[in-house]
Amino acid sequence: MKAHLTRRYMFSASHRLHSDAMSAEENAATYGKCNNPHGHGHNYTLEVTVSGPVDERTGMVCNLVDLDGFVHREILRRFGHQNLNTMTEFEGTVPTTENLCVTIFDILQRGFGLAHLEKVRFEETMMNSFEYAGEGKKNLLIV
Amino acid sequence: MVYLTRKAEFSASHYYHNPEFTPEENRRIFGKCNNPNGHGHNYTLEVTVKGEVDPRSGFVVDLKQLKEVLNREVLDAMDHRLLNKEVPEFFTRIPTTENLAIAIWQRLAPKLKAAQLHRVRVYETSDLFVDFYGEA
Repeated sequence: MKAHLTRRYMFSASHRLHSDAMSAEENAATYGKCNNPHGHGHNYTLEVTVSGPVDERTGMVCNLVDLDGFVHREILRRFGHQNLNTMTEFEGTVPTTENLCVTIFDILQRGFGLAHLEKVRFEETMMNSFEYAGEGKKNLLIV
Repeated sequence: MVYLTRKAEFSASHYYHNPEFTPEENRRIFGKCNNPNGHGHNYTLEVTVKGEVDPRSGFVVDLKQLKEVLNREVLDAMDHRLLNKEVPEFFTRIPTTENLAIAIWQRLAPKLKAAQLHRVRVYETSDLFVDFYGEA
């Protein structure tokens, strides 16, 4: 039987929302306080949802040790306490939480093969959350 | 179609062990959860039902009835129990959060009359939950 498993993680990072394609005025108008050149930070909550048949021998969709290990190694250690604007993933891309969702989804999709990746959900603050379930589903939501 | 979610909490203990595995395999696959003395969680259960709103009552489902079914089928059977030894589903299946969500679905689905079961979500901790939608 197919079940969905969701694991929540946290990391803190800073960013500045600024697009080279816009004038200084447009950037200020579009991003407001988030355009502050010194940047600012968030405690991000990341939710990773995977799915698959529950293995009869283990009772698991996938072993949490494997999922946790991958996320700690490839995401939390790399992104935690970093300035997102300085990371290769955001060269030429504004590090909005929308783009962070897509970036993290792609890392998981490419590297974690032990269960089907359903979606990635980010809480930037208690008031904002973002979800991405891959291109095929066109499922980028702001909730 | 309107969706209604009811939450409940229960506390239970469990351990993970497959008698078909060697002791080494059990330890490697299940880690700390393989401790035969068990360990416990405060589980949070979310049951979501769906249906049309009854024009006379304005309800998708009578919450009193849903609560009674939840109490009888799930909480009375699982709260403050060792799942492996006291809940029949887990005499043969490993009481992971995945299997707990499936077992709760299987207990509730035949008992809900007015509304249709949509999702069973079980939080083992605030950082880990499983959703089961009745999919084969």
